[in-house]
Amino acid sequence: MAVALILVLIVAGSVLFHLLSPWWWTPIASNWGYIDDTITITFWITGIVFAAVVLFMAYCIYRFRHQPGRRAVYEPESRKLEWWLTIVTGLGVAAMLAPGLFVWHQFIAVPKDATEFEVVGQQWLWNFRLPGKDGRLGAVDTRHVSADNPLGLDPDDPNAHDDLVIEGGDLHLEIGKPVKLLLRSIDVLHDFYVPEFRAKMDMVPGMVTYVWFTPIRTGTFEIFCAELCGVGHADMRGRVVVDTEQNYQAWLREQKTFRHMSARAGARIDASEDAGKESKTE
Amino acid sequence: MVPSGAVEGVLPGTAEGVPPAEADDLELYHPKSWVTKYVFSQDAKVIAIQYAGTALAIGFVALVLSWLMRLQLGFPGVFAFIDAATYYQFITMHGMIMVIYLLTALFLGGFGNYLIPLMIGARDMVFPYVNMLSYWVYLLAVLVLVASFFMPGGPTGAGWTLYPPQAILSGTPGGQEWGIILMLVSLILFIIGFTMGGLNYVVTVLQARTRGMTLMRMPLTVWGIFTATVLALLAFPALFVGAVMLLFDRVLNTSFFMPALVEMGQRLNYDGGSPILFQHLFWFFGHPEVYIVALPAFGIVSDLISTHARRNIFGYRMMVWAIVAIGALSFIVWAHHMYVSGMHPWFGFFFATTTLIIAIPTAIKVYNWILTLWRGDIHLTIPMLFAIAFIVTFVNGGLTGLFLGNAVVDVPLSDTMFVVAHFHMVMGVAPIFVIFGAIYHWYPKITGRMLDETMGKIHFWITFIGAYAIFFPMHYVGLMGVPRRYYELGETVSNLHSSDALNAFITVAALTVGAAQILFLFNLFWSLSRGRQVGGNPWRATTLEWQTPETPPRHGNWGKELPVVYRWAYDYNVPGADQDFVPQNQPTITRAA
Repeated sequence: MAVALILVLIVAGSVLFHLLSPWWWTPIASNWGYIDDTITITFWITGIVFAAVVLFMAYCIYRFRHQPGRRAVYEPESRKLEWWLTIVTGLGVAAMLAPGLFVWHQFIAVPKDATEFEVVGQQWLWNFRLPGKDGRLGAVDTRHVSADNPLGLDPDDPNAHDDLVIEGGDLHLEIGKPVKLLLRSIDVLHDFYVPEFRAKMDMVPGMVTYVWFTPIRTGTFEIFCAELCGVGHADMRGRVVVDTEQNYQAWLREQKTFRHMSARAGARIDASEDAGKESKTE
Repeated sequence: MVPSGAVEGVLPGTAEGVPPAEADDLELYHPKSWVTKYVFSQDAKVIAIQYAGTALAIGFVALVLSWLMRLQLGFPGVFAFIDAATYYQFITMHGMIMVIYLLTALFLGGFGNYLIPLMIGARDMVFPYVNMLSYWVYLLAVLVLVASFFMPGGPTGAGWTLYPPQAILSGTPGGQEWGIILMLVSLILFIIGFTMGGLNYVVTVLQARTRGMTLMRMPLTVWGIFTATVLALLAFPALFVGAVMLLFDRVLNTSFFMPALVEMGQRLNYDGGSPILFQHLFWFFGHPEVYIVALPAFGIVSDLISTHARRNIFGYRMMVWAIVAIGALSFIVWAHHMYVSGMHPWFGFFFATTTLIIAIPTAIKVYNWILTLWRGDIHLTIPMLFAIAFIVTFVNGGLTGLFLGNAVVDVPLSDTMFVVAHFHMVMGVAPIFVIFGAIYHWYPKITGRMLDETMGKIHFWITFIGAYAIFFPMHYVGLMGVPRRYYELGETVSNLHSSDALNAFITVAALTVGAAQILFLFNLFWSLSRGRQVGGNPWRATTLEWQTPETPPRHGNWGKELPVVYRWAYDYNVPGADQDFVPQNQPTITRAA
């Protein structure tokens, strides 16, 4: 009796907590409302199943609790019932999987007009790189990384010279413009995660990964590293500022090119004689 | 009077002739001294208790570590002795101990050793000497693991997944000291020890069943442990090679998993390796590992429910096939842990589909458990209470798996506290409830005495309600976006700090649940001498371990004659029978007058 009642209270408490508690996802700031919709569908289906299973169990515990003279019914199996349950479960699973795969396809298919920016993680800060006037990101290789060249741009690649390098600062994006972020790490695994964008992807040394989205509201959003990267993992924060077009252009004009940074450091970036080996390109 | 839908060959009234024995009775090693009887014992029952005792002991270390990490999460900055490095060491060792050294060892080494020979009517495991070695290598693995707490730099803080490159670099606690080396050596030893035990369990089930014990008459406990052992024998080698290669990368400077990288401005002498390769190896082991823990729990809980609801398990054959199907599917879902790892995104379609398909046989098991309760005669004993709590938490945790298994839903939730809540509910809390239920259930067989019921009830209610209060709200912390493995949230422009109150609440619940386990531990020892003496079959159960001539069973289990099996394990409340259970070794049903 008490057990059945407590099970009912657990279901009721869980549902009320879900509906009434203030703890919920952050207001979305990207085009991935579809992801939220898929989560909502999943919450409904799984919530109904959870309540049904636990409430049915509570009913059984109350109705079939031991009393003097009670005998259990001997029934090894019921093909019909088992098949019905299997089919209904299959339909429920399909109802979650189908929209899930549909949205996953969108998530990995980058629109052609997306601008490519680069995010580079290192213990424990974020760097960014934007293509310069030529609209192309230059070649990079971890082997080129040095104090003057923290992102490892290839000094011999002319496309790299006008790239804008943002070391440890904020990344600005323009509202309404789809972006494809190329993700790279120069030391260990990191993960680019902005809760408001819903998007997330690991950054893996030795390869380039990507994530794309379209910012839909202006504001300042925090980047969390979401893959354990050592003792400073929780301190590895960055910021994304979503601007109007005007503010974005103003910000863009203030950024320094790779050539500018290298010149300041007194390095020559046009020395092509010692360019022996091929560098990896994006 | 066989009801419709009867199971041919396993039901009473259809007992075909019992085949003659195919092999001679096993010649056992007879211990000559106290040391060979209780220390270097070859008796599976003693080995089981050694395994269980060691696993519970190291499990208590993991429990204390969980308190420490919860103190930091609930009250950040209050406890000065917890800094980021120690925090990461706590979470790493907590995770690794719980998954490998407690859950795997206790279910297979503990329950497997105790129950397999008794439940299938064997005198012992088929290779008793190797079985003994298995335990001692396991103990060595545990000692190496514990040693890492006392070495310079302390244990590794790489997270239980040990992902390179960070696991072996200086930015991670223990990465360039002893921690990671001892961790990997300990894992390698554990796998060697497990392989010896595992081969034993499989061969014993296949070769040493007594006359009449067909595969389709085995209790589901044996099916669960057997299938889990097969999975472990196939999955652990992936972890083994991963651990060896990572050890080489760390000690010999090979580059299996290490690309060219610059650490803190320093170019390291690695080139050409793949960090993602390690993740594939790890999860090729790691996902079956979930079922290595879950399948024995499924099996055991089926038997607990059937016995204490006095009703045959509903849909036995479907239950067996579901166990086998889950076991097989568990090998083709591993990359659902890697949707955001940077692997080729097309993998997402495949792994999301296989992962959601595995929900179907799993759901069938849940239906059959509650359909066993339906129209039963439910005795709310402590094992039954834990079985009910298992169903609640397992269903909850299993359903949140449908979020994380569905690639695109995983994207925002991956690496957040939602994941932590999910896997604790489904493979932490739920299997541990089965372990508790099983200990309360089989303790009278092992010791001849019942565990104290009042203490048991207090233990149950605090643990059940408390564990739910820890992990249910934790999903919402993750839904908000709080990442896992965060020493502290610190200053932030996001609104995530609104979860602070919830975190403090979770910590208080966790401390309470932890304290209740001390009561359980006390009960285990107190009842050894003070528990109620209840004879050989207090639960009036059908399976063979309750039919032994002595309780606790002696070395060799069965006296002169091995039992002969005439029926399946679930003849409860057979229509017309004079008792509400018919033991598996009872040839005919005695009818009520």
